[in-house]
Amino acid sequence: MSLSRQAEQEAFAGSLHSLMSAADVTAAARRWADQDHSAGLALWLRLAGTGATALAVPEKHGGLGASLADVMIACEEAGHHSLPGPVAESLAAVPVLLSGLAAEPSAAAWLPLLAAGDLIATLALPPQRPYAADAGPAGLTLLVQDDTVWLAAPGISHRSVDPARRLWEVDGRELLAHGPAVTAAAGRAAEAGTLACAAQLLGAGRALLELSVQHARQRAQFGRPIGSFQAVKHRLADVALALEFARPLVAEAAAALNGNRATAARDTSAAKVAATDAAHLAARAALQVHGAIGYTQELDLHLWLTKVQALANAWGSQAGHRARVLAALAADEASA
Amino acid sequence: MSEEPEPAAGTFRAEARDWLRAHVPAGPQPSVDTAEGFEWHRAWERELAAARLSVVSWPAAYGGRDVSLLDWLAFEDEYYAAAAPVRVGQNGIFLLGPTLLGHGSSEQQARLLPPMARADEIWAQAWSEPDAGSDLAAIRARAERADGGWLLSGTKTWSSRAAFADKAFGLFRCDPAADVDPATARHRGLIYLMFSLRADGVTVRPIRQLGGGTGFAEIFLDEVFVPDADVIGEPGDGWRIAMSTAGHERGLSLRSPGRFTAAAERLTGLWRQASGPAGTAAADRVADAWIAARAYRLHTYATAARLAAGGTLGAEASLGKVFWSELDVALHETALDLLGPQAEIAGLDGPDGRWLGGYLFALAGPIYAGTNEIQRTVIAERLLGLPR
Repeated sequence: MSLSRQAEQEAFAGSLHSLMSAADVTAAARRWADQDHSAGLALWLRLAGTGATALAVPEKHGGLGASLADVMIACEEAGHHSLPGPVAESLAAVPVLLSGLAAEPSAAAWLPLLAAGDLIATLALPPQRPYAADAGPAGLTLLVQDDTVWLAAPGISHRSVDPARRLWEVDGRELLAHGPAVTAAAGRAAEAGTLACAAQLLGAGRALLELSVQHARQRAQFGRPIGSFQAVKHRLADVALALEFARPLVAEAAAALNGNRATAARDTSAAKVAATDAAHLAARAALQVHGAIGYTQELDLHLWLTKVQALANAWGSQAGHRARVLAALAADEASA
Repeated sequence: MSEEPEPAAGTFRAEARDWLRAHVPAGPQPSVDTAEGFEWHRAWERELAAARLSVVSWPAAYGGRDVSLLDWLAFEDEYYAAAAPVRVGQNGIFLLGPTLLGHGSSEQQARLLPPMARADEIWAQAWSEPDAGSDLAAIRARAERADGGWLLSGTKTWSSRAAFADKAFGLFRCDPAADVDPATARHRGLIYLMFSLRADGVTVRPIRQLGGGTGFAEIFLDEVFVPDADVIGEPGDGWRIAMSTAGHERGLSLRSPGRFTAAAERLTGLWRQASGPAGTAAADRVADAWIAARAYRLHTYATAARLAAGGTLGAEASLGKVFWSELDVALHETALDLLGPQAEIAGLDGPDGRWLGGYLFALAGPIYAGTNEIQRTVIAERLLGLPR
């Protein structure tokens, strides 16, 4: 990647960060948890103003046709701020799915609406991903079954460990697309959603580390900031290490998916394994460093702690992703 | 670069690959820790140098090819993929060499770099002392002013390659006034200099390491004369110069990703061959080690691209040092687990015989070049901003 390209991406991440830093995202997330989605949806609309929701939508359908690397930057920043709503679905999986089916006018028609931020979207991909996250507030819910995509209606919902997230069982109501194109598009959508989830976890892990450092600098015990104790330092250094080395895997998988490389599935799973492990380490360390106050819903910290827990298995388990990496290594004699 | 981790075979990479395939000795390679093995490796270095492949990133005037950092990484990839011999000259070419290029005089560069590139002079490190390990600034070995130079006295230890090397470089205390108040002044008054291991007053005692080899030694110095020409930089400026060498050691130049990528490939090969319960029990560790090796590779290439564009590597080097050293242990531990009852056999025939020795070597990684505990503290204080 060229350095000017990298600078552009950093500037884009910076603009999303500024927008959300000024927008009280955690208050919106708390209201989302109470089934009041108005503030959260308003935030999504403001993000649409930056182009974030248009990145994965092709230009001829009203989007920006950006690379998936840019989509991952938006997802990472969404995770960084614990943005409520179906991030991996609406920013990545659904636009990728519909882009792959854009030959069908009824499918293509949704793309400009997604790009403009007129609605947020979610999907279920059973059997691996049986629930549609946040189908309640979503304006578009899809169900992918084998080689068929349905417009779906939300049925029963389940509370998630993340209070600002609900899991919906959905029923297909109206056929949107059918045939081999669906299989291909759904496969690509699943990879994009998985990687978006990894990026979101990376962002959440980064926030958890920042909050932990901030707390460790301020909280004093035994007459010293607890961040001066080596046990705390080394634990947080390990979090920094895990996040630092997960990031290039996410960027690489985005490039592989973008280029339709044969290694895309392997690289996506490698990124998901590393990002989930890093975010999990960040969450455990954050809870431990905060102590009892971290174990409450009074502190905003819980919004990130529970989101990491929810996302860890949302797009495939760690065991499943390791198995995919191993399958690629078993098949490929010259794998690196 | 990060868009494409497997660069298309460019001319330099292709040349390096072809040359290595044609020249890397087939069959077992002797230990570098015997007199004969050391000379075998010196001969290999000379073969590399004759092909101008021993110091590819150096200026052409000193035996290099002026290649970019990215091409250097490509060379390293190919070197390890070819299972080429241990670099017996690495203390010199990867640590002292860059220090001389950064801080040495042009006279020193012209005099010392070419024989270093040709392995006519092989260098040992002389940093640690019996009472100065992680706390390097606690060194006590002295350099006292003499006519036209300095007289070295004291003890250096854990000096890599010193048992058979020709020369050594390290830090000495040169200003007695500067350590009156050690708490404030101990980083001052240090001098960075080079000396011959064959000089009068030098006694070298090889030390048997965990694996039985004598990879390092203790160096006793008794009024060893060093001419002014062999001081790097100004007397008193040694700490700053040494830290730049330490940065090289922790960062890119000591452990290029090729080493771990190649080990991860060998590990996955071993895992593919392994059948039965042992194969499945270690599978997740194989996956994690492979993922980490790839992460290190991608991270290093991104760092190299940043450096090539004029960026600098500071405390971030500590991230890499902890990561590669733990990765190296994990790769080898997993391989030994797959080998099962054969894992403990020293000198196992065939390519699998490299895992045990490699593991013992890997175990030193979290200790040398600044222990991982020191590195984690650097990460916490200098990158995260936690209080001292």
